Amino acid sequence: MKKIRLMEVCGTHTMAIARSGLKRLLPDEIELISGPGCPVCVTPQEAIDRGMKLAGISGVIMTTFGDMIRVPGSGGSLDDIKKDGADIRVVYSCLDALDIAERNPSRKVVFMGVGFETTSPTAAATVLEAKRRKVDNFFILSNFKVIFPALEAIARSKKARVDGFICPGHVSVITGSVPYERFAEKHKKPCVITGFGDDDILDGIRRLVVLVRSGSSSVEIGYDRAVKKRGNIRARHILESVFRTVDSEWRGLGKIKKSGLKLKNEYASFDGEKEFKVKVPRSLLPEGCACGEIIQGILSPRECRLFGKGCTPRKPVGPCMVSSEGTCAAYYKYGRRK
Amino acid sequence: MCLAVPARVESLGKGYAYVDFGGVRKKISLGVLNGVKKGDHVLVHAGFAIGKVGRAEAEDTLKVLQDLKDAVREDL
Repeated sequence: MKKIRLMEVCGTHTMAIARSGLKRLLPDEIELISGPGCPVCVTPQEAIDRGMKLAGISGVIMTTFGDMIRVPGSGGSLDDIKKDGADIRVVYSCLDALDIAERNPSRKVVFMGVGFETTSPTAAATVLEAKRRKVDNFFILSNFKVIFPALEAIARSKKARVDGFICPGHVSVITGSVPYERFAEKHKKPCVITGFGDDDILDGIRRLVVLVRSGSSSVEIGYDRAVKKRGNIRARHILESVFRTVDSEWRGLGKIKKSGLKLKNEYASFDGEKEFKVKVPRSLLPEGCACGEIIQGILSPRECRLFGKGCTPRKPVGPCMVSSEGTCAAYYKYGRRK
Repeated sequence: MCLAVPARVESLGKGYAYVDFGGVRKKISLGVLNGVKKGDHVLVHAGFAIGKVGRAEAEDTLKVLQDLKDAVREDL
């Protein structure tokens, strides 16, 4: 029988699958490959370098999510320059960064945001809140991305050869299932929106196998206790009122049209890129790092010559090893054999 | 990073709520979700309620997500 290749789009799925050891239990005909849904992993080197430069400016307090601070840029990580005295703080929520700004009116507080549709509405709501509270020392450095253009790029690519998509549960809480219907129809690939428990994931795989075998390109919601067809309309409305889509660079996938989010002109006073205008040179990937191919599902971590040798979670070379949900970190931690 | 954890809404304020994550109480924003009521179960991501889940389903999810505790701790 022909192999069925299924892509788990979401990094949280990658981690859950690795943790459960589920891959080893699947029939040999089913191959799971990891997709571009780890936000830290797809953030390009230049974006990290820009964050580092901003964090080094006197008077700036840089805030970001925990996963970001260890990602190596061209010259070390945020964590490294923190040790040298830069004021870098890990926050749980974008709102925490706004609170820091309010408590430190003489400082400029930047929130370096990464994430997909689950996270970007929370940043948009925080910008509206900053405006309401008249906080003028709070800025967003937006590296937010939209997942669908990346899925399009993968579906078009001949290299990844994906038969069906295990789609992200929490992105879909916001987006609903409608955008997947357009995608599935266009590329003739079935999609199942899947929850995060082991049983959810197994059920998602089972549904996809049935759809692939029957030649169907329909969309099913396996995670229907949280995902509705129309998603969270208010969150999308807030997102669209604050951000606009722009062409954006993805690690591994290159530039993808309308796949990034930047602040709209009416919120330009909160835009960290406009406030600081730092220039960063185009930078190269760390030598030997296969993160770009791994994100696209072309290579598996074990096919990278640095994996487990020059590159480990303690001393990561690329972002796929840094992020707790990066494919390499998941493989390393849970020792996947397949 | 797109992890969201279910919690029960304990009390409501203007634009925020106090929720209970199986024993841990936390203030979260209701900035991106309409129509939240006391006693609802919501999914919480990065300090915001992003969607509602049914009571029984939330309890199921809480149970399943128990397995993901490590990932939650590492994530943000």
